[in-house]
Amino acid sequence: MLELALKGSKRYYGWIAFLLVLIAIGFAAYVNQLMVGLKTTGMGRDVSWGFYISQLTYLVGLAASGVMIVLPNYFHSYKTNKHMVIFGEFMAIAACVMCLLFVIVDIGQPQRMMNMIFHPTPNSILFWDMIVINGYLFLNLLCGWTCLQADRQHLPHPKWVKPFIYTSIIWAFSIHTVTAFLYQGLPGRHYWLTAILAARFLASAFCAGPAILILVLLVTEKVTTFKMPKNALSTLVKIVMYAMCINMFFFLLEVFTAFYSNIPGHMHPLLYLFAHASTGLVTLMWTFIVFAAISITLLVTPRFRNNLKLLPWTLVLLIIATWLDKGLGLLIGGFNPTPFDTITPYWPTGKELLVSMMIYSIGALIVTVLFKIATEVKEEVGHSQRLACGCSSEDGCTCTGEEAAAEA
Amino acid sequence: MKNSRRTFIKLAGIAAAGLALAPRKGLAAEGHEPVKVNATAIHAKHWAMVIDTTKLNTAEAINKLAAACHHDHNVPHIEGKQEVKWLWHDTYPHTFPEQENPHMAEEVHERVFPLLCNHCQNPPCVRVCPTKATFQRPDGIVAMDYHRCIGCRYCMAGCPYGSRSFNWGDPRLGLDLGNLNPEFPTRMRGVVEKCNFCVERLAVGKLPVCVEASEGAMHFGDLMDPDSEVRKVLREKFTIRRKPSAGTEPSVYYII
Ligand code: SF4
Ligand code: SF4
Ligand code: SF4
Repeated sequence: MLELALKGSKRYYGWIAFLLVLIAIGFAAYVNQLMVGLKTTGMGRDVSWGFYISQLTYLVGLAASGVMIVLPNYFHSYKTNKHMVIFGEFMAIAACVMCLLFVIVDIGQPQRMMNMIFHPTPNSILFWDMIVINGYLFLNLLCGWTCLQADRQHLPHPKWVKPFIYTSIIWAFSIHTVTAFLYQGLPGRHYWLTAILAARFLASAFCAGPAILILVLLVTEKVTTFKMPKNALSTLVKIVMYAMCINMFFFLLEVFTAFYSNIPGHMHPLLYLFAHASTGLVTLMWTFIVFAAISITLLVTPRFRNNLKLLPWTLVLLIIATWLDKGLGLLIGGFNPTPFDTITPYWPTGKELLVSMMIYSIGALIVTVLFKIATEVKEEVGHSQRLACGCSSEDGCTCTGEEAAAEA
Repeated sequence: MKNSRRTFIKLAGIAAAGLALAPRKGLAAEGHEPVKVNATAIHAKHWAMVIDTTKLNTAEAINKLAAACHHDHNVPHIEGKQEVKWLWHDTYPHTFPEQENPHMAEEVHERVFPLLCNHCQNPPCVRVCPTKATFQRPDGIVAMDYHRCIGCRYCMAGCPYGSRSFNWGDPRLGLDLGNLNPEFPTRMRGVVEKCNFCVERLAVGKLPVCVEASEGAMHFGDLMDPDSEVRKVLREKFTIRRKPSAGTEPSVYYII
């Protein structure tokens, strides 16, 4: 099926060329980092993980979130989702690759990376994180590719792939739990030392991940003949809403525990992030709260939730909010105050951002190619296609022929 | 005095003979020439350090020890937040952040304290390291294999004492190349390093550089031997350790 990725419009090639340019620019920054070392980053002795690891943390959520489409389909026979499953799986592939790349650019001696495999160390969570991310990548490649190929030949999905799909559903929870364990359980890092961290990770993954997926699919609808079934979309938006409410509820639990108990170690990171850090960071953290509040308001109100014009903006607010919380605050709050009860501000450098841009562009490239293949196949076999009336062919559209003609 | 101390450390450590070279076992197993334990090596069941802060509490005095340690181990001098340090000093609130009180004896509160890796009994840095580049030797020393470290810095996130440094750039740029210690290797960029309790000196029968240079303000010996010098001072003096709540059981004790 790979050949489907090769034929495309000018716009398609233009976009790919644009991504390749971004990748090349980022790669130059990475080569520079390889030559002089990680001193090109804003990290230091006290804040020893930075933007790279926080992106890993955030993207693991994106990878895990595909399960929010796969699970209803297979566990609840919610068949409306059927034709979107492949996009969840393909998104997970791109996200896993980005996660692995972020680990690679973060380590000081990448050529020794295989030491993790030559000297397997089961007591290290990083070892398990590598296992689960690679495993999830493999599962999604296998399930996604096999099912799509079967679709293309108008064949039922092979039976042998079922166990792998069920495994991948459970696996999705594991990748985010294990990534949370990377942080959770480190003595002396109070912001991370909380039993609810894994649950918070899952909640934020299950709102931010589907939100990103929906946005990407909305773009996909614009540039292809693919059209999401209405019900599938509204189910997904409801999942985003519940997950975001739970996510913020968990955050409030942390705030309560910290301030009611009055234990300094628990209060200090929150006080730092929301009150004492540089004005820039404090503003960003409050932006997180405000955007989270706005997006929840818009999502729980049916009128706004079902407004397709407003929806992309709501999702953007939600994604920014969750990113500020999990992709930025979590990391900085974990390292500050330092073990010496002092503050070492962290801010990524331009080069760090360029390298990250390279990885995000690689991710976008993978998504583009995989989604191109998937939408081409769907077009070939006539799944989830846009009808003249604007509905999806899966909608059981009731629009009359006249309306359709008027629209067209 | 120094000699008798060495003798009893030697006696106490007979059971642990050979352990100092344990990390090299792999080499021997591969059929290279057998590795011999240095005849003068000193051994312990669990090495520990006691620092007498009534005697050692000024920045100048500690800087002198740090300079000796850093010279001996070719620790690069780098300014700013990406610095590398094995031994350094800090104030009471920074050293014992959870063990302050508002009406502490001023004299104690104004002291500065030497800081180094605690060689914890339950070291989280070892627990999190994905390659066993950080490992605990049977004699309790938390050591590092700089050639295996992949530079993931998980150990830095794991250490609750901020005892580790990372070579963000090439450490040799921060070294006075005319004044290196040829006995100890330099590191490359991209690996973590920290105080190693001077294992290379214990292996040839010498005490750690800082202990030797401290003029009696630091004691070093076997925590498991009730007759050792460290146990003697621990019995006589009130001591505290850093962050007891972290449960890591530091092997560095501070006499207050
Ligand atoms: S002080 Fe830190 S680096 Fe040293 S053994 Fe303890 S946890 Fe590890
Ligand atoms: S930086 Fe090196 S020593 Fe530290 S955890 Fe990673 S591999 Fe182990
Ligand atoms: S024990 Fe050795 S390595 Fe550790 S601080 Fe003292 S001199 Fe440096």
